[in-house]
Amino acid sequence: MYAFTYHRPKSVADAVALQGRFEDPKLLGGGQTLLPTLKQRLARPSDLIDLGQIPELQGIREEAGGLTVGAFTRHAQVAHSDVVQRVIPALASLAEGIGDRQVRNMGTLGGSICNADPSADYPAAVVALKATVRTDRREIAGDDFFTGMFETALEPGEIVTAVHFQTPDKAAYAKFRNPASRYAIVGVFVAVFGSEVRVAVTGAGPSVFRADDMEATLAQDFRADALNGASVSADGLNADIHASADYRAHLVRVMARRAVEACG
Amino acid sequence: MANPTGIGASVRRREDARFLTGRGTYTDDINRPGQTHAVFVRSPYAHARITGIDAAEAMQAPGVIAVLTGADMETDKVGSLPCGWQIHSKDGSPMKEPPHFPIARDRARYVGDAVAVVIAETREQAKDAAELVMVDYEELPAAVTSLKALEGGAPLVHDDIGGNLCFDWHLGDAAAVDAAFAQAAHVAKLDLVNQRLVPNAMEPRAALGEYDRATGEHTLTTTSQNPHVIRLLMGAFVLGIPEHKLRVVAPDVGGGFGSKIFHYGEEAVVTWAAKKVGRPVKWTAERSESFLTDAHGRDHVSHAELAMDKDGNFLALRVATIANMGAYLSTFAPSIPTYLYATLLAGQYKTPAIYAEVKAVFTNTVPVDAYRGAGRPEACYLIERLVEVAAAETGIDKAELRRRNFVPASAMPYQTPVALQYDTGDFAKNLDIALPLVDYDGFAARKAESARRGKLRGIGFATYIEACGIAPSNVAGALGARAGLYESAEVRFHPTGSVTVFTGSHSHGQGHETTFAQLVSERFGVPIENVEIVHGDTSKIPFGMGTYGSRSLAVGGSAIVKAMDKVERKAKKIAAHMLEAAEADIEVKDGRFVVAGTDKALTIGDIALQAYVPHNFPLDELEPGLDEQAFYDPKNFTYPNGCHVCEVEIDPDTGVVQVASFAAVDDFGRVINPLIVEGQVHGGLVQGIGQALYENCVYDEESGQLLTGSYMDYCMPRADDVPSFTVRYHEDQPCTHNPLGVKGCGEAGTIGASAAVMNAVVHALSEYGVTHLDMPATPERVWQAIRRHTPAQAAE
Ligand SMILES: Cc1cc2nc3c(=O)[nH]c(=O)nc-3n(C[C@H](O)[C@H](O)[C@H](O)COP(=O)(O)OP(=O)(O)OC[C@H]3O[C@@H](n4cnc5c(N)ncnc54)[C@H](O)[C@@H]3O)c2cc1C
Repeated sequence: MYAFTYHRPKSVADAVALQGRFEDPKLLGGGQTLLPTLKQRLARPSDLIDLGQIPELQGIREEAGGLTVGAFTRHAQVAHSDVVQRVIPALASLAEGIGDRQVRNMGTLGGSICNADPSADYPAAVVALKATVRTDRREIAGDDFFTGMFETALEPGEIVTAVHFQTPDKAAYAKFRNPASRYAIVGVFVAVFGSEVRVAVTGAGPSVFRADDMEATLAQDFRADALNGASVSADGLNADIHASADYRAHLVRVMARRAVEACG
Repeated sequence: MANPTGIGASVRRREDARFLTGRGTYTDDINRPGQTHAVFVRSPYAHARITGIDAAEAMQAPGVIAVLTGADMETDKVGSLPCGWQIHSKDGSPMKEPPHFPIARDRARYVGDAVAVVIAETREQAKDAAELVMVDYEELPAAVTSLKALEGGAPLVHDDIGGNLCFDWHLGDAAAVDAAFAQAAHVAKLDLVNQRLVPNAMEPRAALGEYDRATGEHTLTTTSQNPHVIRLLMGAFVLGIPEHKLRVVAPDVGGGFGSKIFHYGEEAVVTWAAKKVGRPVKWTAERSESFLTDAHGRDHVSHAELAMDKDGNFLALRVATIANMGAYLSTFAPSIPTYLYATLLAGQYKTPAIYAEVKAVFTNTVPVDAYRGAGRPEACYLIERLVEVAAAETGIDKAELRRRNFVPASAMPYQTPVALQYDTGDFAKNLDIALPLVDYDGFAARKAESARRGKLRGIGFATYIEACGIAPSNVAGALGARAGLYESAEVRFHPTGSVTVFTGSHSHGQGHETTFAQLVSERFGVPIENVEIVHGDTSKIPFGMGTYGSRSLAVGGSAIVKAMDKVERKAKKIAAHMLEAAEADIEVKDGRFVVAGTDKALTIGDIALQAYVPHNFPLDELEPGLDEQAFYDPKNFTYPNGCHVCEVEIDPDTGVVQVASFAAVDDFGRVINPLIVEGQVHGGLVQGIGQALYENCVYDEESGQLLTGSYMDYCMPRADDVPSFTVRYHEDQPCTHNPLGVKGCGEAGTIGASAAVMNAVVHALSEYGVTHLDMPATPERVWQAIRRHTPAQAAE
């Protein structure tokens, strides 16, 4: 790790102001990605601005037909929240399936979506649950937030403050985890809003995407077996030592089936 | 009344309190006044010529004390890291032994090969400066896998070693094997890979070098399983420091699994540099450095054939193996795929003729050496997979086929065709215990139940035998060992009756502080709290060979018994004098020294006091004191053996394998502490399951970059990956040639588990026509196997 100066602002305004003052500042969420990056000397920020003491970034509220989750909410807090378990149980179970206990106790929703790891879980929920990402300066539709591998619609220095998820009629998330890291090799979030079905896929491609064919099929016939004929193209999917593109394509269908089954 | 801390008692490990509460003292916990920190500059290339090193800028960086290179070591006449075992090829020529300098001189031969070392006031400063050391590399093509390294025209890892071949060795009777194959009614054949593994001890390697100007004494504190071996190798061959001026300490060590047996370059560098800079020098590996530089394990590619008669009796076994040595020969590397592997190819079977050929190959990867089981898991995996293939092909039940071919207990001692003589073992009994334990007959019903849930189910066996308690020194010497393999002990009674035992064995997780103390408690009736076990410091303990190959109790424990014999003999003499009885009339009963037929008795404490305060003592016959030393050189290897049975369930949609149940029935000879033995088995099983299902060390075949260089990609088994184990042992077949009757249990789990799991996996997939799968059986590999064997029209 290279030396840096550490700051702990008490408000979003202070965090914004602090960012303006330094040459190469970096926001610190739960540190689960950023700290290993620093330890490996792959980044060299001049200043770290810890978002952990800002009350505005905390908390889970039921609000406007959905849930608003503060950016600094840890994965374990989402997983164990009574409100989340009652309103969108699929979101709680997604959070419970992230990494391991240590990671869940530290990692945050904001850090996860800002990092936009192609194999992260939350992006699938953001897209499937028609979320809105709130920042210190605007609101961004969940569908527009993830723009590529490790890329988001955020501008430099923009701070995510909360994510608002819409409450679906029913929803479920099925994940096939990487046995080593426990990130998603493929994760499929299925959510039903009236006649609309959303199928968001993470892990498989460079960034989260919606499986349009499956959405159309399920909108007609919401059964796991309806997906039997669905074939997912391996073109453009990720391939690594853990899973080829073919295998990922296959898993998308299997996980989609499981998510539909879990919707009941 | 049974001694609650004697032999057979499940005494809880005394050392755990300090380990579990973070109070252990590991090498990195030790800090010395004026200590400096070493960070290595390592090659980012698998193969490169080093054409220049410019340290000028690094030397200017804050806190930097020195930047040292291979050239500096050469100037100081630092030698090459020696290899402790010499193999001769078929043609009688000695193996190729290229120099292995602690810091590379003109060529880097694997990613992570040390090229320079920076010594600075703090570790961070050393890291900063290491980035400023400018190394000019001229990248060369790399030979990464053993198969490619053997191909004509492959890049040469060492210019003067043609074909990258270290040795081409064989064992057994080729003619007899050929003759038997000619007679065979059936031949089962198998190609298999025993993949490369990263050892992953919880504590990374570390070393602290010190030099005392006043006495001229060097001290190396290091993460070692065998400090005396390190002292010998480093002192005599690398740094030229005589033993009396070199102390090596291995304090608490957090796991080794073999990877901490070897003498590593970093140990020599910190010891040498401490004198050069006149201050203590510490190095601690980061985890990513451990992945790159700890000696890896396994990495065999084999072809095997088993000849049978029409009834399935094994006639002969033929094996050809290619073993990857990595870029240099690590300390014991050549012995692993030879005498610790091919000698075990008889397994538990009376196969009359066996022939094995082993080619050892240099590649541009980190050296490969012993890793838990070391050669024996490779042998067990090969035989047991092949036997399972033979059972499937002949249609003979796999338990029955094994039983038919077991060496019967009545044939013990049994001379195998591959050099070993098994002393005891009742293999049929292991199987007899295992079959009802796993409800073998109920398998079909369990499979049907799995099928109802859309799952595949398989059951797999592995019977194993291993040669442990290495080794009779004369035998090891004849096979190429350049060291003896005895063990030492000193049992020192103190005046008030407490005891310190100095052992040459080394505990790095095995629980010696408990087990060894139980031996003393049993023998002399001393409470275990009054017994201290001291190990790991060459300035305290007699010359010892250390811990590996499940040898501590069989060899180290036997040395303790021998020293206790001497203590007892002397104590009897003292007791006779004190009790005014004839020495012949003194009996030892429940730890008391009794005059036979009387109630006159002394405790060992009474005797110890008299020995050190010899007011009433036979001084003309005996010296004062009660402190005896012994060395024990074993008469034979010990032969732990067992039968492991695994059941797996596979999700055909995803290829995920789940271990549904695992039972291990083992014969470890006499068991001193059942709790510790069970713990060793559990850990071993998880490690074996890890190899079967998860672990895989992958280098990029072109660039030689380590692709699985962190836990994000190298998958270790976790607690929730394994079921609750069923573990049984029996003590009917004690070892016949050591005083405790013990065989060793440290590696058994690892040796049997991988084969049992893979046999179960292949069995589960057999309904698709799958006959073999290489480890690890990752979800994708399993899914691909199913897909390959599924006719296209049936795919949906
Ligand atoms: C071993 C391991 C396993 C994991 N497994 C999973 C898994 O299974 N599934 C999964 O989804 N994830 C997984 N993760 C990721 C983890 O859960 C975290 O979500 C992730 O590391 C980032 O979140 P963080 O809060 O730690 O952010 P940090 O690491 O602190 O920050 C990440 C990035 O986001 C930026 N940032 C943080 N907060 C904000 C904000 N409010 N506004 C703007 N920018 C911000 C930071 O500047 C940084 O660039 C795993 C991580 C590890 C180490």
